[in-house]
Amino acid sequence: MAEELVHFELVSPEKLVISRKLEMVVVPGSEGDFGVLPRHAPFISTLRMGVVNMYEAGKVSDSYFVAGGFAEVTEERCTVLAERAVPVTEIDQAAVEKELIEAKADLENADTDQEKAKAQDRVATAEMMLTLSNAKAGHA
Amino acid sequence: MPSLKSLKNRIASVKSTRKITSAMKMVAGAKLRRAEEQANAARPYAERMERMLGELSASLAGQQGAPKLMAGTGKDDVQLLVVCTADRGLCGGFNASIVKEVRRKITELESAGKTVKLFCIGRKGRDMLRRDHHDKIVGSLEDVAKPALTFDKADDVARIILEMYEQGAFDVCIVYYNLFKSAMTQIVTPQQLIPFAPPAKAEGAGEDAGTLKAMYDFEPSEEGILSALLPRNLSVQIFRSMLESAASEQGARMTAMDNATRNAGDMIDNLSLTYNRTRQAVITSELIEIISGAEAV
Repeated sequence: MAEELVHFELVSPEKLVISRKLEMVVVPGSEGDFGVLPRHAPFISTLRMGVVNMYEAGKVSDSYFVAGGFAEVTEERCTVLAERAVPVTEIDQAAVEKELIEAKADLENADTDQEKAKAQDRVATAEMMLTLSNAKAGHA
Repeated sequence: MPSLKSLKNRIASVKSTRKITSAMKMVAGAKLRRAEEQANAARPYAERMERMLGELSASLAGQQGAPKLMAGTGKDDVQLLVVCTADRGLCGGFNASIVKEVRRKITELESAGKTVKLFCIGRKGRDMLRRDHHDKIVGSLEDVAKPALTFDKADDVARIILEMYEQGAFDVCIVYYNLFKSAMTQIVTPQQLIPFAPPAKAEGAGEDAGTLKAMYDFEPSEEGILSALLPRNLSVQIFRSMLESAASEQGARMTAMDNATRNAGDMIDNLSLTYNRTRQAVITSELIEIISGAEAV
C-alpha cells in the first residue's frame, strides 16, 4: 500500500490558502501543539496564535503563521480555519513594525473595553510576527 | 413639431448618456467578476465552519446549558433586521426590492405585536428606510466596500450586534441580503443569525455522520469551542451576506446599465428618424416657396 498522507487544508475567511497532502502537520492548539499524522483520532480544537508546520519528506516544507482559529481533525484530513494565515517567509518586517507601533498607540487611546481588547489582540499578533520574522533573519 | 436645432441637441445628449451608461456597464462587469471571485474564495471557510458547527451542535443536542447564541433568549419579542444594500443607486431594482421585502416583514411583525429594530449596511437602504421607519434604525454602516470588502468590516458589524445581544436589546436577528444567482437574477434572502439554526442535514449523510460524530474529541471542551465558534460564525455569515450582496449589486447594475444603453440606442434611432423627416419637410417647403415665388414673377 502506498504511503498514507494527511489531507491538510488551511482556510482563511478570505480564501482557501492551502489544500494538499502531507506526511504530518503540527498545529498550535490552545492546549498545546499537536501533530497530525494519518489515522489520527477525530477531534476538534481551538487554536492559539502560532505557527503551523507542514512536514514533507521528513522535514518542515512550509510554515504558516496563524492568528488563532479552529482545527478539525479526522482520520484522513486536517482542516484549519485560521483568522489570519501568513507564510512565515512572507512576513514583511517593516510593515509589522509599523503595525506594532500603531496598535500600541491604539491601545493607549482605547476608550472602551472592546477597543482595548481589539488593540491588545493586534499588539500580540504583531509582536508574535516580529519574533518569527527575527528568528527567520537569524537563521539566514 | 420640434425644431431641427432642438432635435440635434437631444440626439447629442442621448448619445452622451449612452456613452456613460455603456461605460458604467463595463465597469460593473469588471467589478462583478472581482466580487464573484471574492465570494467564491470565501465559500470554503463558511462551508467548513458550517460542517464543524453541525458536528458540534449534534454532539451537544439535548444537553442543558447551550450557549445563549444557540439556544436564544426563549422569546422573539424584539427582532433585529440587518439589511444589506448598496451605497449607490443606478442598479435597477436592487435596493428597492430588498427594502420592499423588509417593509413587508416589518408590517407583518408589527401586526403580530413584535418590536422591530433595523441595522442598515449600505447607504441606500438606510436612506429609503429612514423615511417611514426612522425610529427603528439602531445603527448603520456605509462604504463597506471601500477600498475593499474585508473580513474585518464584517467582524466589526458582528461585534456591534453581539454587544447588543448581550445587553438584551433583541431576541432574534435576521439578515436580509440579495443572493447572487446570476448577473440577471438576484434573490432577496432572509437568513436567521441569532439564535443560530444548524443547517438542515442532507438526507443520507445524516446516518453516516452520526456514527462519526460519536467519536469526536474536543479540546478544550464542547462548550468552550462552541462559545468561541458561534461569534466567529456570526462574523462569517455576515461577511458572506456582504459578499453576496456586493456581487449582486454589480450584477444588477450591469443589467440595468445594459438596458439603459439599449434604450438610449433605440431613442437615438427614433430621434434621428424624426430629425431626417423634419429636415426633408423643411427642404420641401423651402423648394415650394421658391417655385411658387418664381411662378408668380
